[in-house]
Amino acid sequence: MADTLLDIKNLKIEATAYPPGEPPQDITIVEGVDLRLEKGKVLGLIGESGAGKSTIGLSAMNYGRGGVRITGGEINLNGRDIRKLSLRGLRAMRGAEVTYVAQSAAAAFNPAKKLMEQIVEATLAHKRASKKEAEARAVELFRKLGLPDPESFGNRYPHQVSGGQLQRAMTALALCPQPDLVVFDEPTTALDVTTQIDVLAAIKEAIADTGVAALYITHDLAVVAQVSDNIMVLRGGNMVEYGSTEQIINDPQEEYTQALVSVRSIEHEEKQPAPEPVLKVQNINARYSGTKFDVLKNVNVELSPGQTLAVVGESGSGKSTLARVITGLLPPRDGKIIFDGRELNADQASRPREDLRELQMIYQMADTAMNPRQTVGTIIGRPLEFYFGLKGRKKRERIQELLDEIELGEGFVDRYPAELSGGQKQRVCIARALAAKPKLIICDEVTSALDPLVADGILKLLLRLQKIEDVAYLFITHDLATVRAIADSIAVMYQGEVVRYGTKSDVLAPPFDAYTDLLLSSVPEMKLGWLEEVIAHRRMESAGH
Amino acid sequence: MGLVGKLLAQRIALGLLLLFLVSILIFVGTQILPGDVAQSVLGQSATPEALANLRAEMGLDQPAITRYFAWLGGVLTGDLGTALTSGQDIATSIAGRLANTLFLAFWAALISVPLAIFLGLLAVRYRDRWPDKLISAVTLASISIPEFLIGYLLMYFIGVKLGWAPSVATIYDSMSLGEKLQAIALPVAVLTLVVLAHMMRMTRAAILNVMQSAYVETAELKGLSMFKIIWRHAFPNSIAPIVNVVMLNLAYLVVGVVVVEVVFTYPGMGQYLVDHVSKRDVPVVQACGLIFAAVYIGLNMVADIVSILANPRLRHPK
Repeated sequence: MADTLLDIKNLKIEATAYPPGEPPQDITIVEGVDLRLEKGKVLGLIGESGAGKSTIGLSAMNYGRGGVRITGGEINLNGRDIRKLSLRGLRAMRGAEVTYVAQSAAAAFNPAKKLMEQIVEATLAHKRASKKEAEARAVELFRKLGLPDPESFGNRYPHQVSGGQLQRAMTALALCPQPDLVVFDEPTTALDVTTQIDVLAAIKEAIADTGVAALYITHDLAVVAQVSDNIMVLRGGNMVEYGSTEQIINDPQEEYTQALVSVRSIEHEEKQPAPEPVLKVQNINARYSGTKFDVLKNVNVELSPGQTLAVVGESGSGKSTLARVITGLLPPRDGKIIFDGRELNADQASRPREDLRELQMIYQMADTAMNPRQTVGTIIGRPLEFYFGLKGRKKRERIQELLDEIELGEGFVDRYPAELSGGQKQRVCIARALAAKPKLIICDEVTSALDPLVADGILKLLLRLQKIEDVAYLFITHDLATVRAIADSIAVMYQGEVVRYGTKSDVLAPPFDAYTDLLLSSVPEMKLGWLEEVIAHRRMESAGH
Repeated sequence: MGLVGKLLAQRIALGLLLLFLVSILIFVGTQILPGDVAQSVLGQSATPEALANLRAEMGLDQPAITRYFAWLGGVLTGDLGTALTSGQDIATSIAGRLANTLFLAFWAALISVPLAIFLGLLAVRYRDRWPDKLISAVTLASISIPEFLIGYLLMYFIGVKLGWAPSVATIYDSMSLGEKLQAIALPVAVLTLVVLAHMMRMTRAAILNVMQSAYVETAELKGLSMFKIIWRHAFPNSIAPIVNVVMLNLAYLVVGVVVVEVVFTYPGMGQYLVDHVSKRDVPVVQACGLIFAAVYIGLNMVADIVSILANPRLRHPK
């Protein structure tokens, strides 16, 4: 037990909740969690949103975000209970013994200060090195983390570097004071897969080089499997399972862990393209007003009735712009949109109501896509009134039918969006789109904001509805696992161009073009040593060329 | 500097355009009023012939557009016209008055702006604890009492009872700086009390807003002290809103001091304006209006320029 760094016992964390229309009440977010971390080891904390993983991670610094309070248990760090420290003692510990890497480095860096100043700030504040030493250390870390121009990188402002680079800079910030423990809070979640793999490799190497211990928090089991020695699975503030990474991945004991490991088990048989497509996108070029470059370059895709076309690519590849062009929000510079055999007007405002009805959309953020002051019944009822003139009892019956279709019961009609979970909100958005009886629904990253198990439920629902309603989906996503699960055909987009297009089996079968290969090989796989394999493979390839 | 330069040029051009439009508005406004300068000058003794003669003499028979441009041309060359009541050159009499008003505003600003920002920082540091509540209560009370009442209260207690400062703030060119400062001590105190609350509360709100951001949490998790977090991380990012409210209050110190100047019989622009409004001296009112508008537009322009310069994304483009 001599080399125990962090020993948390019987942790209890509470917060104050403010339910609408009720007096505030104390709720327990974490209860009875024990956790032990040895020096130089990495423990993965995994769970869905609300599992309490970030809260537990921050408790290693005796920090509660917002109104969160640590109300019970011991948090022993380097042999003393940090819950008993004074504010001064806490400050001396934070940023020195324990440091933190936030999920969104873009928000976690002060936009008004140069990177270097922020990266060495904690080291200097705790007098752990002179300014010169600290800066030399930071440059060394930049080099280790694979940042460009390590000597001058720190002179830049946060907005002058990319998201992946910022995340690495945040890691440098955390490692610069040479702490005993780093808390990584979803450090790669906000990144594209192709960027994630590099950052992940950089973090792993830096951990190994410096011998620092880490708590690695994520909702992605495949990611945490690459970096941690042990894994703790959390659900609803309680521990579900704890074990070595190997045991959790290969031999999960608890049912919940098994579900997490085997997530994305959707069976979907690929359909062949029909002779008459419902949507033809022909030679589309588009740019935003005031800019001088095309965001879409000569895009051609087709979608058959009742089928799913997945549009995949990184952020900035033009996939959401394609949706804006099809819906008429961004009239293209040239090219045609043929829908159900007729050409659609370029501008949404000039499209007849029938065109609007047959082409619906579901968005990534169900939260912001609904009026928070309208009930579910009003939200779903609106398209029924607008397109079909339904009123009174007929409207109510149809709303109930739709609610049944999306597997929500009777009680939901009078609920407000704030009273629904994330998955339920997205279901209501699906019902609203279906209410118009569309021929095509554009789904823009509809599962990206959801936890894996909830996302799975939504995908299954969408596939079931497709069979019943014979509706086509244009499915925009960056997640290749989702694509594999539901697509009939796939368009891979990169920098505004469709670089690969065809049926799912064609697109996902070798030989690949360079970009698709990079994209496919970057998706984390749920097996040990995957990261090393990919990195080694890429090094070999680049050495070969 | 390309982008910033362009934005600044745009902002300055907009300010000038606005000033031009305001000059039209002021001119039109004074034209709409019944009667004209010739009538005011001749008063009761006006005969139609005398009126026509005087109008021709003063150029009032010209079309309004010609007269507007004649006036504007005069303003641009520093000729604000002649006051009707005294026959004096307006530019000369305003110069001294404006200098006095700016003198008063300068000292009021010098005390109130740093004090307001300091109190704002203090209120954030001790948020929802007694120092915060005390600062809020005192500044709110001072803004709620009308300035003339505060003026008379200070005059009575500090000027008359305690005798620490003169209760009438008359200043002459022959006075030394020290004597002048002593003379304006009370009006400066009143103005400070009036503008303090607004600036302090805005500073507090702007910094508290930034305190919610993720990078402040990062700073907290670096183990920095509260004061360092506020000063180094929150304050630099709240400069734009703070400067905006500071500039609005500076404009008030120049333009809105009429009441305070009258209460303390201080020889500034405000008193000058009030005198000539009551005498219906249109050219003076026009000139004062234009100067006040220029001060307002100018200070707001400075606020916008500072906001542009304070934005790191604009200062250091990719």
